[in-house]
Amino acid sequence: MEVKELHAPGHRACPGCGCAIAVKIILRETGPNTIIVSPTGCLETFTSPIRSSSWEVPWIHSLFENAPAIATGVLAGLNSQGNPNGTKVVAIGGDGGTYDIGMGSLSGMFERKDDILYICYDNEAYMNTGIQGSSATPLGAGTTTTPVTGDSFGKMVEKKDMVAIALAHGVPYVATASIANLADLKKKVRKGMDNPGPAFILMLTPCNVGWGYEPEETVELARKAVETGLFPIVEFENGNMVSALKIRPVPVEEYLKPQKRYQHLFKNDKFEDVLKAIRKKAEDNIKKFGLA
Amino acid sequence: MKGKTAILEGSRAVAEAVRACRPDVISVYPITPQTHILEDLARFVSSGQLKSQFVRADSEFSAASIVYGASAAGARAYTASASQGLLLMNEVIYAMASTRLPVVLTAVNRAISAPITIQPDHQDTMSLRDTGALQIHVESLQEAYDAHVQSFRIAEDPEVLLPIFICMDGWVLSHSYEPVTVFPDEAISEFAGTFQPVQKLDPAKPLTYGSYADQDVLMEYRYALMLAQEKAREKIRSVTKEYKEVFGHFDGDLIDTHRTEDAEIILVAMGSMVSTIRAAVDELRAEGRKVGLVKVRTFRPFPEEEIIKACGKAPLIAVLDKSLSVNTGGILATEIKAAFYGNPVQPVIVPFMAGLGGKEVNRRVIKEIVDIACRAGDKQGPRGDTIWMGLDHGFFS
Amino acid sequence: MMDLLLGGVCKAGESKKLETGKWRSFRPVVDRNKCIKCGKCADYCPDSCMEIKEDGAEVNLYYCKGCLICIRECPVKAITKEVEEK
Repeated sequence: MEVKELHAPGHRACPGCGCAIAVKIILRETGPNTIIVSPTGCLETFTSPIRSSSWEVPWIHSLFENAPAIATGVLAGLNSQGNPNGTKVVAIGGDGGTYDIGMGSLSGMFERKDDILYICYDNEAYMNTGIQGSSATPLGAGTTTTPVTGDSFGKMVEKKDMVAIALAHGVPYVATASIANLADLKKKVRKGMDNPGPAFILMLTPCNVGWGYEPEETVELARKAVETGLFPIVEFENGNMVSALKIRPVPVEEYLKPQKRYQHLFKNDKFEDVLKAIRKKAEDNIKKFGLA
Repeated sequence: MKGKTAILEGSRAVAEAVRACRPDVISVYPITPQTHILEDLARFVSSGQLKSQFVRADSEFSAASIVYGASAAGARAYTASASQGLLLMNEVIYAMASTRLPVVLTAVNRAISAPITIQPDHQDTMSLRDTGALQIHVESLQEAYDAHVQSFRIAEDPEVLLPIFICMDGWVLSHSYEPVTVFPDEAISEFAGTFQPVQKLDPAKPLTYGSYADQDVLMEYRYALMLAQEKAREKIRSVTKEYKEVFGHFDGDLIDTHRTEDAEIILVAMGSMVSTIRAAVDELRAEGRKVGLVKVRTFRPFPEEEIIKACGKAPLIAVLDKSLSVNTGGILATEIKAAFYGNPVQPVIVPFMAGLGGKEVNRRVIKEIVDIACRAGDKQGPRGDTIWMGLDHGFFS
Repeated sequence: MMDLLLGGVCKAGESKKLETGKWRSFRPVVDRNKCIKCGKCADYCPDSCMEIKEDGAEVNLYYCKGCLICIRECPVKAITKEVEEK
């Protein structure tokens, strides 16, 4: 059976990888006339082993903290040669490379208004190195560096708001997307590519190894994140919200309970305040974006 | 070819050369004392004198990454930095060399913190000596101009494909004014040619850049850098020779020498200090002292054979260093000593720390170095303690 | 190293020779009588193992790692799991 995806199989992602689903769908929309840039991370590791690259489009990885700058350079390089075929540059990076170590570089790319679509696959921790907490790790989630022990309930603070950060830069197209809604993801990738100037798409890509659930539940958990209000599906053009996916809110427990990283919240009453804060986060999102 | 001679600032001489070589992409982040080059290039681009993509960067790390991406996309790319900026670029330069991206970088040499300083020395580029990038040190503004014109062809040669640093001392070269002969842009452009990449990021032929590798090929990729630097030796010789034929200037290829023929003591140094030594050597020769000079022009590739040949049968060599590997001494001296290992002629090699952190090295200091070297000649052990010129011993009491 | 290019650059799509199907503990089995050929299993498969043929979805066992997302997402429950015989 011949597979005609631009992201080829045989890659080394863990079974049930949310990021692998996303990348396949993203490339279906970008088509072959695209250069992809990735920072170090899961995606880089599972797609690029020498002699077994799964990329059917030109792809470049350089380091962990510089994917946006590499993307800017690739675009400048294309433009300096006239870019006769209108090749697009798309960066796809994890939360570590986006929220943390690549933040300065990403801020520079946003500020310069470079015509690049940057997509973050957010699995909410450093999964490639063994599930260490990142600034994308949400409140209450246990990781190896936000351990659950004694009074420590995992990540003690909220995750960084990347959508607000992108909007604060005046990025003309900012959206969130889910692997549980692929048509919407494709539509947003298209808009991000067509938009002149920078575009930013944040996707929640569940990771069964890091979150602690069965591989088959990846898409279901992405769906629950949306339905609880914890991961709102929104879209901004020139700073104005142009769409928000309506939900019939379900309790946050439906999303949290299947995941080992949140188990402690249900085993000890002393963490009730954390659960309350997570519920409030969902309610605030629902109110803020008019989701219900 | 006849050029126009004008009094130019060093940074301007560099910018003139870079403009004429027509880089496709320029990305630079400001740092003293490199900023004048950046400002001149920004003005050339905005006024239409240079048709380059000029990208402001948010850090030196990003500037290096931007030219990295541009080079991978097949563009001729240029950047510049100094001191802390070069250290911040370190990780990028390693990957750039190993990915075989021939970016040209002007390194305006400046000391490293702490304490923070803007004084010139060679500690910054020395910290990047193992990256795989080529390093050429220049002694004058004319050489800064010439070396930049030569650099694109050396770096972009299909058998070389390595980043190249043109190293020039901060202030002494970047901010001083000297007569510089500048040639017509068209002539320089023709000499510099255009970048013809052997591979690039191209949807018509998709390739994977920056792949993950293991022990089966990692050492092989480092060894490939050794081979590429060997090829660079030949290329540097041929390009400097051709430059001489076309433009009439020759500043040395891998090294340059001055009055070494019958010398009994040879001074070895890099950068702007070399010009001072030239003058001191002439004065000492006039006094009847048999002194010679070897300028190490390319620190990478390191010109062992040329240095040994130039030193001939001289029994005494004094190496002047502007960088320090703490606990082992001057970095140039260490490499010179290694070069002489196993050589039939075994001169006494006396290492001097001269000019570290911007300490003054004038003709008087050079003559003092010659005197000390001559006295120390007999007593030096195999390791030879570094002699620190101008060190304030009172500081430690 | 004739198969390798300069600077750690390598050719596109060479992962296709890797048989990731060897990782599998469970295999998905499609009941073609139930399959409505909606293509959801193919879209959601992280390893591009599902092809929608005329008579229904077909699993590419060369690559299928056995994550079973296809079972979970099939709207008509046309896919079941079987223990992989080694």
